Amino acid sequence: MRETVFKTEIGLTHYLSADGEPLGELPGWSHEPEPLTGYYRWMVLARQFDQKAVALQRTGQLGTYASSLGAEAIDVVTGHLMTPEDILVPYYRDHILQMIRGTPMCDLLLYWGGDERGNASPGMGRDLPNAVPIATQTLHAAGVAAALKYRHQPHATVCLCGDGATSKGDFAEALNLAGVWHLPLVMIVNNNQWAISVPRHLQCAAPTLAQKAIAAGVPAEQVDGNDPIALHEVVEYALQRARAGKGPTLIEALSYRLSDHTTADDASRYRGPDQLKEAWRKEPLRRLRQYLVNLGYWDESRERQCLDEAQQQVQRAVEEYLSTPPEPVESMFQYLYAEMPDQLRDQIEMARVRGGGDL
Amino acid sequence: MNESICLLEAVNLALARALEDDPEVILFGEDIGHNGGVFRATDGLAKRFGAHRVVDTPLAENMIAGTAVGMASQGLRPVVEIQFMGFIFPALEQLISHAARLHHRTRGRLSCPMVLRAPYGGGIHAPEHHSESTEALLAHIPGLRVLIPSSPARAYGMLLGAIRCDDPVIFLEPKRIYRASKTLVEDSGAALPIDRCFTLREGAALSLISYGAMIPECLAAADNLAERGIDCEVIDVASLNPIDYDTLLASVSKTGRAVIVHEAPGKGGVGADISAVLNEQLWGQMRAPVMRVTGLDTVMPYYRNEQHYLPGVSDILDAVDKSLEAGRNEILQATGSG
Ligand SMILES: Cc1ncc(C[n+]2csc(CCOP(=O)(O)OP(=O)(O)O)c2C)c(N)n1
Ligand SMILES: [Mg+2]
Repeated sequence: MRETVFKTEIGLTHYLSADGEPLGELPGWSHEPEPLTGYYRWMVLARQFDQKAVALQRTGQLGTYASSLGAEAIDVVTGHLMTPEDILVPYYRDHILQMIRGTPMCDLLLYWGGDERGNASPGMGRDLPNAVPIATQTLHAAGVAAALKYRHQPHATVCLCGDGATSKGDFAEALNLAGVWHLPLVMIVNNNQWAISVPRHLQCAAPTLAQKAIAAGVPAEQVDGNDPIALHEVVEYALQRARAGKGPTLIEALSYRLSDHTTADDASRYRGPDQLKEAWRKEPLRRLRQYLVNLGYWDESRERQCLDEAQQQVQRAVEEYLSTPPEPVESMFQYLYAEMPDQLRDQIEMARVRGGGDL
Repeated sequence: MNESICLLEAVNLALARALEDDPEVILFGEDIGHNGGVFRATDGLAKRFGAHRVVDTPLAENMIAGTAVGMASQGLRPVVEIQFMGFIFPALEQLISHAARLHHRTRGRLSCPMVLRAPYGGGIHAPEHHSESTEALLAHIPGLRVLIPSSPARAYGMLLGAIRCDDPVIFLEPKRIYRASKTLVEDSGAALPIDRCFTLREGAALSLISYGAMIPECLAAADNLAERGIDCEVIDVASLNPIDYDTLLASVSKTGRAVIVHEAPGKGGVGADISAVLNEQLWGQMRAPVMRVTGLDTVMPYYRNEQHYLPGVSDILDAVDKSLEAGRNEILQATGSG
């Protein structure tokens, strides 16, 4: 005799069509102007910031930059639902989320401009800096969540990573621990369908990435990552669970990387224009704008004003960034240990001389 | 076919030659197939040799290294790419605990003829974790061969040597000079030795010992010194494990002076190792203490300050002057007291 011992299913939450039309009954709150118009304003700002950052890189004024184009809804909604006491463990595509958490744009530009002071932003609180080595942050997030739990603090840890990151052992290890230790962790996978040039289907043979959590005994949800209403519902549910001591949740947010991987990449080498065109049809800004326009909460003049304000805000940050002098050379040694060992002091002068610098 | 190519193209040429010559060679790594690698080292190879021989993997370095060990144990010759040296660390367990020891602990019953390639080093304004030089960590491991080419011809010949070698080889590519200069490289299929230094310039005054992206800096320093009538020997160490001490000792016993240059931190570095051996073997023949010009003992700064970290020609010249000066003082003292 053979009996079924385990069965599962993964749900996909979505409320809006690509054109911002309701797909069915919407949650009550989504009929109000807030928070959705607020979300939209941030998404506009996000896109202005992103455009400017790419332009700065192209003109040699910023280093290699990872664009957030297409990830706006995930970051904006998550950023708004987190409390200041929740802890963010971001990855390198989460500038907008960091901005909403309180990191000034100038500090974000400093970071991408090759300056560690960007990671020192007081606006970051106890959030972690973004992790460059893929998926390593998922384990930090488990540790952060374990610290919250150990201290009986009713807050959530929110961790983000990409679809590629789910292939690394770190990701499985973090989920496994979160399950066993029942950690207050919300793990959000921004499944933007690409890990540089590697498409989703070459990353994993499973039909969803969400189901990886099931193996760890962690509840998992898919959500349309371009649909702010759906994101709001699913992320809020997971945050409440975490804060109430009900354990971790994995959210696979389905999105699309509308940009090159970074400014160092040329995506036209490996993906065709049709897929990209189709993805643009589903993108989050247009979708939310349509929805808000249909409800009468948004119009041309608001759009123009919002855009103007966003551009001015970005411009001010860029000016501040460009006029920030480089960090003094001794900073290379100052923070390596809690106190600088004497042995390193001798090297400060060497560093000053190098590069012909006189800092 | 003779062509003027850069170091990056030479890597590509050697990989193509190896794929052509030996059906047991298989390439895999992140973004190396369709995209041809983020630096284009494998450009065109998937198309030419097929997606079964030039394979895009899921994102997981430990998986890449571990499966390479498994394939190699069965006699295939996997040549895998780690996208940047900064992402080698998840693979270290497989490299240190397995690749380096398989032949040894099975007393030769199995071997591990794999090559793991990775670009390394600073100076290209890269993101955090993309500019380090941690070759000493790897050169410290008995059983691993660690190679670093510094010219297109040596990249071609040493990579072919690495692929044909029956040991696990870490092949580190100095990305700062990937496209720095083009030279004629004959696609002869001939490998270069992978356990020899290369003497790039002969001279009697002093031995400049270096590898990787610091070689062009050393050659520039040597040019500068030649104008002052000082002829330096410039040696490319090329193999950091094992190190060809015979060539180094022969050079330094001739010149009596050595300046070792690398961009990795000095602490525990390859230069410290070479310096110790020169000291042990040539005590009494040295005319000046061995000098080192290295990266600083701190985290590689994010790019805005990286030029303050990396050694350059003037740092090398300063060290050379100190070495020559030290020698002179001693000679004066010797004549004074004699
Ligand atoms: C451990 C590690 N390996 C490789 C890289 C190089 N790399 C940077 S981003 C990336 C792809 C990541 O894809 P995904 O996780 O889907 O995130 P996305 O960039 O698409 O948002 C790779 C391979 C890295 N940063 N860290
Ligand atoms: Mg991705």
